[in-house]
Amino acid sequence: MIDSGFLNIALPKGRLGEKVYAMLEKAGYPCPEVLGESRKLIFENPDAGVRYFWVKPSDVAIYVERGAADLGVAGKDILLEYEPDVYELTDLHTGVCRMAVAAKKGFKDDPEKTLRVATKFSHIARGYYAGKGRDIDIIHLNGSIEIAPILGLSDVIMDIVETGTTLRENDLEVIEEVLPISARLIANKAGYRFKYEAVKELERKIANGKG
Amino acid sequence: MKINDPAGRFISFAEQTAASLRALYGTFGYEPYKMSKFEEYDLYARNKEFLISDSIITFTDTDGRLMALKPDVTLSIIKNADVSALRSTKLFYSENVYRVSGGSGRSDPHSGGGMFREIMQTGLECIGKIDAYCLAEVLYLAAKSLDTVSSEYVLDIGQLDLLFKAVDNVSVDPMVQAELLKCAEGKNVHEIMRIAKENGADEAAAGLLASLVELYGRPCDTLGSVRAAAEKLGMIEEYAQFEKMLKALRGTGVSDNIRIDFSIVSDRNYYNGIAFKGYVNGVPERVLSGGRYDRLMEKLSKKGGAIGFAVYMDSLERLGGAGNVKSEVETVRYGADDEPGDVLAAMIRRAANRSGRYRAEAADND
Repeated sequence: MIDSGFLNIALPKGRLGEKVYAMLEKAGYPCPEVLGESRKLIFENPDAGVRYFWVKPSDVAIYVERGAADLGVAGKDILLEYEPDVYELTDLHTGVCRMAVAAKKGFKDDPEKTLRVATKFSHIARGYYAGKGRDIDIIHLNGSIEIAPILGLSDVIMDIVETGTTLRENDLEVIEEVLPISARLIANKAGYRFKYEAVKELERKIANGKG
Repeated sequence: MKINDPAGRFISFAEQTAASLRALYGTFGYEPYKMSKFEEYDLYARNKEFLISDSIITFTDTDGRLMALKPDVTLSIIKNADVSALRSTKLFYSENVYRVSGGSGRSDPHSGGGMFREIMQTGLECIGKIDAYCLAEVLYLAAKSLDTVSSEYVLDIGQLDLLFKAVDNVSVDPMVQAELLKCAEGKNVHEIMRIAKENGADEAAAGLLASLVELYGRPCDTLGSVRAAAEKLGMIEEYAQFEKMLKALRGTGVSDNIRIDFSIVSDRNYYNGIAFKGYVNGVPERVLSGGRYDRLMEKLSKKGGAIGFAVYMDSLERLGGAGNVKSEVETVRYGADDEPGDVLAAMIRRAANRSGRYRAEAADND
C-alpha cells in the first residue's frame, strides 16, 4: 500500500470515470489536474487528502483488492464477474445500464441443443444459465461481441446494453434481461480499517448528495 | 546452537515473527504440535467448505491410498489430537500448507492467483473444554500476535450466531441466505436491502441485518448497538457472553486495537460464536483469521468445543523494511602457500564481530 496520508482512489478511464470524478469534486475532493491534457498518471491534492489515478476499468478492482488503491469505482458487472475480495460500499447510481442476452431478430431457442453464448462475462453467464438449468457452451470474447451471432459463431450474446443502438444497427434484439448495472464505490479491506474515518466521511458526503 | 542475527540479515521478518509467536504461545502453556505433511484426502473431501480454497494437491501413496498435501492445519489437529471435553487441550503449530493463494476473488487471474503455493502458517488451537477464560485468552493471544507483527494493527471481532440469526430473520431460503451472507462479507448494505425487497422479506428484518453489517468501531462505541440488535433477535444471552469476553480484554493493553465487525463471515456448518480477523497497516489483506468451530468438532465426532486462529506468514513478506537487505560480502584471499588452519582462524575472527559478511576465496580463482 502506498502513502497512508492520502486516500488513494482508482478511477476507471473513460466517461464513467469522468462522471465519478465530478461527483467526488462536488463532494469536496477536487483535483482539477485530473481532467487536464497532461500525460501524468497520478494526481494529488494534499489539501483535500486525495490522490487519484486512472486505470483500465476492468483493473480497478485489482488495484483496490491488492491495496494499491484504498478506494475505487467499478461497474457491478466487473464485481460480479471477478468477485474481488473488497467492500462494496455504495451504489453511485451512475453508469447505469443492464446486462442482457441478445440474439438475431426472430431467434428461437431450441432447448434440445446446447446454447452457444458469446460473452466477455463468462462467470456471470455460467451462473445465470446454471440457475435456469440450461446447457450452454461459453465462447469467451474480448470485444466486438455483437458480431458473434451475425457470423454464426454463437446463438446469443450476453453483454452490457446501454441504449441498444449497437444492437439495433446490427439487427439484434434483447431477448432476456439479466441484471441492472451501475457504478459502485469499492474499498480495500485493510485500507477501510486504517483510514476508516476518511473513508466514511467520503462515503457520507457522496450519499448526502453533495456529489 | 543459538542463532544470533540481530540485524535480521539472514533470517527473514516472517521467520523472526514465527519464532516470536511460538515463544508467545509457549509462554501461555500451549504445547508445540508437529504433524505430517500428508493427510488422507478423504478428510478434506468431506470438509471442503471448511477450507479457504477447495483446490488440493493429491497423490497416490505406495499402498494405494489417495493422499493430500495438507491445505489446512486445523482439520488434522482436530482429527489426530487427544481431545477431552473435560479439559482444554492447548496446541500451537508452525507448518507449511499447500493451497491456491493470491486473492480470494478472481480479479487477478494472470498473476499468481489460482496457482498452488506453499504457505507458512503459525497459529494455535484450544480444543475440548472451552470456557469464557479460554475465549478471552485466545483473543488476547491473537491481538498480541498482531502486535508482534506491527504496532499498527486491528483485531476485528464478530459474533456469528447473531449474524446468522439476523440473516434467518430475512429469509429461510438457503440460496437467498447465501446471497445475503456474501453481501454481509462485502459490507454491501444496499444489495442486502435490494435482495430482501425482491424476496418480499420484512423490511425491518433487512434493516436490522444491514445495520449489523455496517457496524464498525471500538467496543465502547458499538456494543450499545449490538445489544439493541441482540434484543430484537432474542439473543441477549449470546450478547452477554460476547460482552463478557470483550470486558475481559480491558486493561490488557490490546483493547484499543479491538473493533467490532459483523462482516466477518464463516461457514455456518462449521463455525459458531465469535469469529475474528486481524490486519496490520501495510498489508492489504488479513494476516490473521480465527474463530470458534464447535460444529467442526461435532462433524468429526469429537467431544467439546474448539477455538483457534492462524497467522498467514506469506502476507508478511513485504513487511520488515531494510533489515532484510543483505550487506556486501568482503572477500578474504588466501594463497596456495597459506595454511588452511590459519585461513580458517582468520575467518572465525572476522565472523565473530557479526557485523559484516566474509567469504574466503583462493587468490588464483581470479
